[in-house]
Amino acid sequence: MHSAVAHHFESLEKQGQAQRLGMWLFLATEVLLFTALFAAYGVYRYLYTGAFSQASRGLETWMGGVNTFVLVTSSFTVAMGLDAIVKGKNKRTGLLFGLSILLGCTFMVLKGFEYRHHFLHAELPGPFYGGPIAGSGGSMFFALYFLITGLHAFHVLIGMTVLGVIGARTWLGKYDAEHHVPVELAGLYWHLVDLIWIFVFPLLYLI
Amino acid sequence: MSQHLESSPPVYAERNYLNTPATGLKSWLTTLDHKRIGVMFLIATLFFFAVGGLFAMLIRIELLTPGPTIMDAMTYNRLFTLHGVVMIFLFMIPAIPSGFGNFLLPIMVGAKDVAFPRLNLLSFYIYLLGAVIALGGMIYGGADTGWTFYTPYSTTTTTKVVPILLGAFILGFSSILTGLNFIVTVHTLRAPGITWNKLPLFVWSIYGTSVIQILATPVLGMTLLLVAIEHAFGWGIFDPGRGGDPVLFQHFFWFYSHPAVYIMVLPAMAVISEVVCAFSHKNIFGYKAVAYSSLGIAFVGFFTWGHHLFTSGQSAFNAGIFGVLSMFVGIFTAIKIFNWVATMYRGSISFKTPFLYFIGFLFFLFFGGMTGIALATVSLDIHWQDTYFVVAHFHFIMVGSTIMAFLAALHYWWPKITGRMYNERWGLVGATLVVSGFVFTFLPQFLLGNEGMPRRYFNYPERFQALNVASTAGASVLGIGFLIILIYILVSLKYGPVAGPNPWGSRGYEWLTPSPPPLENFDVLPAFERGPHEYHELPGSESAAPGAGTSHA
Repeated sequence: MHSAVAHHFESLEKQGQAQRLGMWLFLATEVLLFTALFAAYGVYRYLYTGAFSQASRGLETWMGGVNTFVLVTSSFTVAMGLDAIVKGKNKRTGLLFGLSILLGCTFMVLKGFEYRHHFLHAELPGPFYGGPIAGSGGSMFFALYFLITGLHAFHVLIGMTVLGVIGARTWLGKYDAEHHVPVELAGLYWHLVDLIWIFVFPLLYLI
Repeated sequence: MSQHLESSPPVYAERNYLNTPATGLKSWLTTLDHKRIGVMFLIATLFFFAVGGLFAMLIRIELLTPGPTIMDAMTYNRLFTLHGVVMIFLFMIPAIPSGFGNFLLPIMVGAKDVAFPRLNLLSFYIYLLGAVIALGGMIYGGADTGWTFYTPYSTTTTTKVVPILLGAFILGFSSILTGLNFIVTVHTLRAPGITWNKLPLFVWSIYGTSVIQILATPVLGMTLLLVAIEHAFGWGIFDPGRGGDPVLFQHFFWFYSHPAVYIMVLPAMAVISEVVCAFSHKNIFGYKAVAYSSLGIAFVGFFTWGHHLFTSGQSAFNAGIFGVLSMFVGIFTAIKIFNWVATMYRGSISFKTPFLYFIGFLFFLFFGGMTGIALATVSLDIHWQDTYFVVAHFHFIMVGSTIMAFLAALHYWWPKITGRMYNERWGLVGATLVVSGFVFTFLPQFLLGNEGMPRRYFNYPERFQALNVASTAGASVLGIGFLIILIYILVSLKYGPVAGPNPWGSRGYEWLTPSPPPLENFDVLPAFERGPHEYHELPGSESAAPGAGTSHA
C-alpha cells in the first residue's frame, strides 16, 4: 500500500475521493461567505443606483482589467502545473506554481496601487468618505468595495501560501504521478480565488 | 459474531479506546480518535450547559418579583444575552452533532474514524478558542444586545459586543469543519454492506444537519464580522444614519439562524429515531419517510427565515409566502411524529429512562410545533411578536426537544461510551423531574405572552407575578433534576455495573462492538447483512433478514 494512505482508508484512490469531496464542500462555504457580501451589494446597488454607477465609473477599470488577465493567466499556469505532476514531472510543477505566485504578487501590487489611489482621494467607507458623491451612496459603495476586494485579497494571500507550500513539496518530490491529490486541491483553491474575482470585477468595475 | 456477544454475560472490554494507546492527559489532548474527540466535546458542552443553566436560574430568580430583585436592569440585560449565546453557540449547536455524532457516526457506518481526523481535532480546538474568546468577552463586560445582535443597537451599544461576535464567528468554523467531516465520512467511508438505505437514521439526520452547517454558517460568519467592523469603525453597512439598512442585517442573521434551529433539532430527531426503535423493539415505521423528511427539513429550513421579520416592515406578500413556507416544516415534522408513534404501536416497549425522555420529546415537539404553526400565521404573530409566547414556543420546540434528545442520547449510549450502566431508578426520577420541571417552567410563559408580557424586560406589572413565580418554581424543579442526573451519572462511572456490548438488546450497528469500543471501533468488522432497525427476528438470530436495503446501491 502507498505510504500516503491514512490508516482508516482502504486505498489511495478512496482517500483521494474523500479529499476531493472535502475540498469541494469547503469551496462551497467560501462561495457562501462571498455570497453574503454580493447580496449586500445587490441590495445597496438597488437602493443607490445612481451613486453606485457613478462611483463604479471612478474606478481604474484598466487596472482591474489587467488584474483579471493576470489572475486568469495564473490559473492557467496552475492548471499546467497539475498536468505536469500527472505526467510525473515534479520540478516543472514546482516552477509553474512559482510562476503563479509571481502572478499573484503582481495582482496584489496593482491592487495596492489602486488602494493608494482611493486613500489619496478619500474614497473610503462610512465617515471617512470625502469623495464627490453626495448622500450615502458613495460611502456605501466604498464600504462594500473595500470589504469585497479586501476579503478577496486575503484569499489571494492564503492561495499564494498554499501554492508555495505545495509547490515546494512537489519540487522536493513529495508528490508523484500516482499520488498528487494535494497538488490538485491547491489548484482547485487557486481557481476558486480566480473565479470569485471573475464575479467581483464586473460587479464593481463594469456594470 | 453478534450471537456470541449477545448471549454471553456482560463483559467490560479491557482493551478499549479509553486506555489505548495511553491514558494520560496528553494522549487525550493530542488524540485523533473520533471517540475521544466526541467525549471531549461532550464534556465541554456539558460544562457550558451548566454555565448557561446558571444564567437561566439567575434570570428566573430576578423575575420572581416586579422591579429589581437581585440585580439591576443592565446586569439582567447582560445575563439574558449571555444565557442565549452560551446555550445556542456553545451547547445546543455542538452538543449532539459534535459530541454524540463524533462518537457514533463513524461506528454506525462501520468506519475506523472520520475522513479527516486532524481536522476533527482542529474543530475541537477552534471550539475551545471561540469559547474562551466569547467567555473572555463576557467576563470583560458582556453584551446587552440579546443573542440576536440586532442592529443598529448592537453597533451603538457601549457594552463589549465585539469579543462575543468574534467568538461566535470562530465557533462557526468549528461547526463547518465538523459538518464537512461528517458528509465526507458518510460518502466515502461506509463499510461494505452499508448502503444508503441501510444507514442508521441517526446518520441520515446528522447528514442533513451537516448540510445546513456547511451552507448557512458562512453567511452568519460574514454577518457577525460586518457587525463587528461596524461597531469598531462605523462603516455604516447596517446603520440607517449612514444610509445602511438594519433590516438587511435581520435577513442575513436569520438566513443562518433559522436553519440553525434545525442544526439543533435535526440531531435531536436523529437520536429519537434510534431510541424509539431500541425501546419499542420494533422496526422503524417508514424508514425512507423518516430519512428523507430530514433532508426535507434541511431544505425547506432555508426558505423560512422571513417569519422572523413579520413586524420589520416586510411586505404583506412576502410575509404570506414566508408564513406558508414555514408551515411546510410542520408537514415534515408531522411525518416524523406519525412514524415514531406508529413505531411504538404494538411494539414491545421497555419503559426505560431514554424512553421517558422520548415521551417528553414527543410532547415538546408536538406542543412547540403546533404553537409554531400558530406563530407562522401572520395575523396572529403580529400580536405575539416579542412576547413570552415566542420565548415559550422556542424553548419548547428548540430547547425542550434538544435537551430531551440530548439526555435520551446520554442515557442510551452511556453504556456504550463508558462501558457501565447508570442507576435506572434514579434515571427515571431525574427524567420525571426534568420533563415536569420543563413543562412547568414554560407553560406559564405561554400564558404570560398571550396576556402581553414582552420578552427581555426585567420589570413587569404586578398582575403577571403569579405566573412568573410559577415559572421560577418550575425552573427550580428542572435544576434539581439536572443535579440528580449529574450525581448518579458520575457515580456510575466508578460504581455502575458492567454493561456489556448490548445491554438494551438494540439492533443498531454500534451495539455490535464491545463496550467501550476498541481503538478502531470493531475488532472484526461485521458483515452488516441486516438493516440497523430490524427487529422482526429475535435478537441473536443473525440469519439473512429480508427488508430494506438488501439491494446494493
